[in-house]
Amino acid sequence: MKEPLFHIIKRTDVVWWKAWLIRAIAILAAFLVAAILTVIMTGLNPFSVFGAMFSGAFGTERRILKLFQGTAILLCIGLAVTPAFRMRFWNIGAEGQVLAGGMAAATVLIFAGDRMPSAFVIILCLAAAVTAGAIWAVIPALFKAKWNTNETLFTLMMNYIAIQIIKYFVLLWSVPKGSGQIGIINGTSQSGWLPKLFGQDYIFNIVIVAILTVLVFVYLRYTKHGYEISVVGESEKTARYIGINVKKVIIRTMILSGAIAGLAGFLLVNGTDHTISADTAGGNGFTAIMVSWLAKFNPLVMFLSSFLIVFLQKGAGQITTDFGLNKSFSDILTGIIIFFIIGCEFFINYRIVFRSSRKEAEKS
Amino acid sequence: MNKTPAIELRNITKTFGKVFANRDVSLEVFYGEILSLLGENGSGKTTLMNMIAGIYYPDEGQILVNGEEAVIRSPKDAFRYKIGMIHQHFKLVDVFTATENVILGLKEKGRYDIKKAREKVKAISEQYGFEIDPDKKIYEMSVSEKQTVEIIKVLYRGADILMLDEPTAVLTPQETEKLFKVLRKMKEAGKAIVIITHKLHEVLAISDRVSVLRKGAYIGTLETAATNESELTEMMVGKKISLNIDRTDPKDPEERLIVAHLSCMNREGLKVLKDVSFTAYSGEILGIAGIAGSGQRELLETIAGLQPITDGGIQYITPGTGIIENLRDKTPMEIRALGVRLSFVPEDRLGMGLVGNMDITENMMLRSYRRGRSVFLEKKAPKSLADQIIEQLEVVTPSRETAVRKLSGGNVQKVLVGREIAAAPTVLMAAYPVRGLDINSSYLIYNLLNEQKANGVAVIFVGEDLDVLVELCDRILVIGHGEVTGIVDGRTAKKEEIGLLMTKGGSKV
Repeated sequence: MKEPLFHIIKRTDVVWWKAWLIRAIAILAAFLVAAILTVIMTGLNPFSVFGAMFSGAFGTERRILKLFQGTAILLCIGLAVTPAFRMRFWNIGAEGQVLAGGMAAATVLIFAGDRMPSAFVIILCLAAAVTAGAIWAVIPALFKAKWNTNETLFTLMMNYIAIQIIKYFVLLWSVPKGSGQIGIINGTSQSGWLPKLFGQDYIFNIVIVAILTVLVFVYLRYTKHGYEISVVGESEKTARYIGINVKKVIIRTMILSGAIAGLAGFLLVNGTDHTISADTAGGNGFTAIMVSWLAKFNPLVMFLSSFLIVFLQKGAGQITTDFGLNKSFSDILTGIIIFFIIGCEFFINYRIVFRSSRKEAEKS
Repeated sequence: MNKTPAIELRNITKTFGKVFANRDVSLEVFYGEILSLLGENGSGKTTLMNMIAGIYYPDEGQILVNGEEAVIRSPKDAFRYKIGMIHQHFKLVDVFTATENVILGLKEKGRYDIKKAREKVKAISEQYGFEIDPDKKIYEMSVSEKQTVEIIKVLYRGADILMLDEPTAVLTPQETEKLFKVLRKMKEAGKAIVIITHKLHEVLAISDRVSVLRKGAYIGTLETAATNESELTEMMVGKKISLNIDRTDPKDPEERLIVAHLSCMNREGLKVLKDVSFTAYSGEILGIAGIAGSGQRELLETIAGLQPITDGGIQYITPGTGIIENLRDKTPMEIRALGVRLSFVPEDRLGMGLVGNMDITENMMLRSYRRGRSVFLEKKAPKSLADQIIEQLEVVTPSRETAVRKLSGGNVQKVLVGREIAAAPTVLMAAYPVRGLDINSSYLIYNLLNEQKANGVAVIFVGEDLDVLVELCDRILVIGHGEVTGIVDGRTAKKEEIGLLMTKGGSKV
């Protein structure tokens, strides 16, 4: 009898350890493919390439700190998009919302920097950044609620507006004049800079994002607002049926989403870069979309996904410098690993049964 | 019988995950006969036919066509064996005409010749007695016309073996009778016909033989002439059950809900309700009958505050005090704030009444989560309500934490109806509450509605099975094209009378 070669069968319930086993196998397979490719394309010993990757991420204390700092920022932006995503509101404007927040913080830094105590400047920067991020996010939400515009396109376009605004002000305020960059703000007084904790930079950022992660998790999981977000996301019809004001929830959630993105901008300007440019968000606003999706919108799991991505970025960078390779090659390696990790979700949800193995599978 | 069967199934088994959809099913269909495939929802009738139609592939067993083993891997393969299936949900292009839909996807030799195709469609119609205009666009057609197009589509492709999946589910009694006439003609022309159904009287009316499935397993085949409803029910359900619904007389009926001259429009600006007026009394079940899509959904949704009204009014009379509340232009929240306990079991259970991906507890919370001032959710009460409903309504579920989308249709409905009744309503509206449910679950729902009626609730029941409507309801409001075409007494009304009223209405306003 001519049977089809294989069947794809949906798994009904997967035990958690099986799912993680599949993920582990996927990562191993990814490294295997990456190793083969490394040998074929560069002739290098794949183990020394992977070694360089780890050293790039964990090699020195400073590198570890930078790894966690990068994770914190990416995670923070991931936390920003997650409430909207759980509502099935595809906010891909985090990049712009972060920049709006960063721009507001930088403006306060420049103009209030040396006129008041540093703590006041920090609070003022924070308030300005959060507000700016929220405004940047609520505009598409209002249009969506009022005229049902497409939020994906709208938030995307808002990114470009934010980028151009920053470019304009960077030129206007450039130090020294005409250099085309703002440079370190308040470099000598360090007014408005987030203080060092335990004698280290960035720890402040990391602590804030850690607390925020728990707060967002609790907000989404245990509060009435979080419940409303889930209902609106799952089914707008159900939400209306039980009397949820869908428009209100959309607007409220996008304000929150934008505010957190604004906070990320604040952390970048006051806690990390101490300057502003169109590259401040560095594409993290888009990478954060992947962080959120990979973690299935669970803030706690998002720590893992953001950590993985930053680890790959740092490691890939190290390969490029250590071996003098083209940056494209490290991108290929990163791409392979992420592909396998995303791809393995298919095998967690589905099972493939081949023609020959089927009879045995039925017996067992 | 010494004939070769048109189709013979031998020991067909099909599983989905761990669930057996069909287990070791064998049966035969001959040319020149109508075979009914009878079984409750979820008994595997459609899966079985889908394997013959090439949509699924059996895990085990053989399909023989005209005595020879056949491999049917796609609907195209099925057509090669002259097998055609008419699905429950039509697959037609709305903006095309009947003829265009019929020839869509066909690769005939020679040039695209719509005229020839049109003639052929006409010839087929005349041969079997279809009433169809080949040039009519699908979106202008009634459900029964669309079904006709689907049947012609299959015949045009030369099918000699036809399978119809619940063809009468969407038809009025009159349309059903027409369809049966056509089927009989096709049978006389020597076609083999399989009709999937769970309505017993139709089985008895149309088929020559009847095969029964229960929970995926083949139970047996009987000559229709030699059997009766109760024997078939017993085969279908596995035990004897009584098919009677108790109907008590309404106790002290009071006016509860007065709908006057209600009109509403859909998104395209077409009037879907025109000047609808009626009164619902406490302690009675008011049935609403009509062809699917005649405005039943809109009627309930306007009352529930989910659809804007263009004209008319909705008044609620508070029990005890008699205070009249105006419900027009109120949102569901505002209606509840008035103290009106209005429960609504919508037609779209998982898309509107429940959230499929949430578990039973979280679905209980839909009605109650706002309670209290805390910003945090309170889960204790919904949890115990979930437990209570699981226990009292015998919901079959692995746990309280199971996503409702994973439950079977009957259990989903129990969760929804249970929640709506738990709100102690004074008005209970239910749209097609037994659609897709097995016999036992259906009777459980009827009993729940009757209980509510006995408690003095004004029950509004939108149904599709006229046999049930005339047995269960005190009064039946018939709606046609968004207009009330009659209100009849459930105790004296005849099905045919209601069927006739269903097709009326639609005068230009």
